[in-house]
Amino acid sequence: MTVPLSYYLTLSAILFALGVLAFIIKRNIITIFMSIELMLNAVNLSFVAFAAHWKQLSGQIFVFFVMVVAAAEAAVGLAIIIAVFRTRDTLNVDDVNLLKL
Amino acid sequence: MHLALFLIFGALAVASAVNLVAQRHPINSALSLVVVMGSLAVLYLLLGAEFVAAIQVIVYAGAIMVLFIFVIMLLNAGEEERTRGSRVAMAVGIPGLIVLAGALMVSLSERNPAARDRVPVGAMFGPPVEVGRALFRQFLLPFEVTSILILIAIMGAVLLARYHAPHPPVARALDPDEAAELLEIAGTHGSATGARERARQEVRR
Repeated sequence: MTVPLSYYLTLSAILFALGVLAFIIKRNIITIFMSIELMLNAVNLSFVAFAAHWKQLSGQIFVFFVMVVAAAEAAVGLAIIIAVFRTRDTLNVDDVNLLKL
Repeated sequence: MHLALFLIFGALAVASAVNLVAQRHPINSALSLVVVMGSLAVLYLLLGAEFVAAIQVIVYAGAIMVLFIFVIMLLNAGEEERTRGSRVAMAVGIPGLIVLAGALMVSLSERNPAARDRVPVGAMFGPPVEVGRALFRQFLLPFEVTSILILIAIMGAVLLARYHAPHPPVARALDPDEAAELLEIAGTHGSATGARERARQEVRR
């Protein structure tokens, strides 16, 4: 019993588009950050599906590196969010319109 | 069986992602993102990527999402308020979502001859032994570079989140109320020098 590769790619496209939608319509800076993680996950799914299809391990290695970068990005990004919240007392991105801390 | 599992967990992932968009409180969004990541881990298992599935649960659903939830609770984030900009974003975002999803599906699935083939699911492709061998032989240099990246990220996070104490005030102007108080003190003690001394103490306080 098998599943067509296009099913996986379609699911990946839907998840990525939902991540982009959340990135656009959300106003809370933490939720925007989470939607970036959702997009990364969608890309990971298509990487693993292609890896399984082409019998290439490189796809899974790429997913590993994407996860490492996502972890580093989450640590730094959440630190930036904490610094912004300390100076602005808000998490709304509409109020955070200057790069200056 | 595999198709059924794919449909169940794929639908769960999409429903949770929709919930992430629909919820207004960040903690609800975070918990639905955890569900998305868990169901993606099941899909990785279906594709035979056991190592990636384990990492997905441990690193993504475990470490990263705990960090997110920790920050949400630390900052006591409430519900997001609606602004005028968010309605515009909604009006642009939802058609944009449909266009983007359609374009991605067409370009990934329809025009791709490989996509018509079927994935031999659960064929134990890419066991952790093979992944480790590839990681430490073929991809050794990128692996070491990521360790430096993580080191830099740790230092950057500590540096950014460090608490900067505000500078203590050096000098402070007297306001009229305080001046009146000082005059009173001067009156009770009778001498100007004593009053000045008191005034200094007051200001310091």
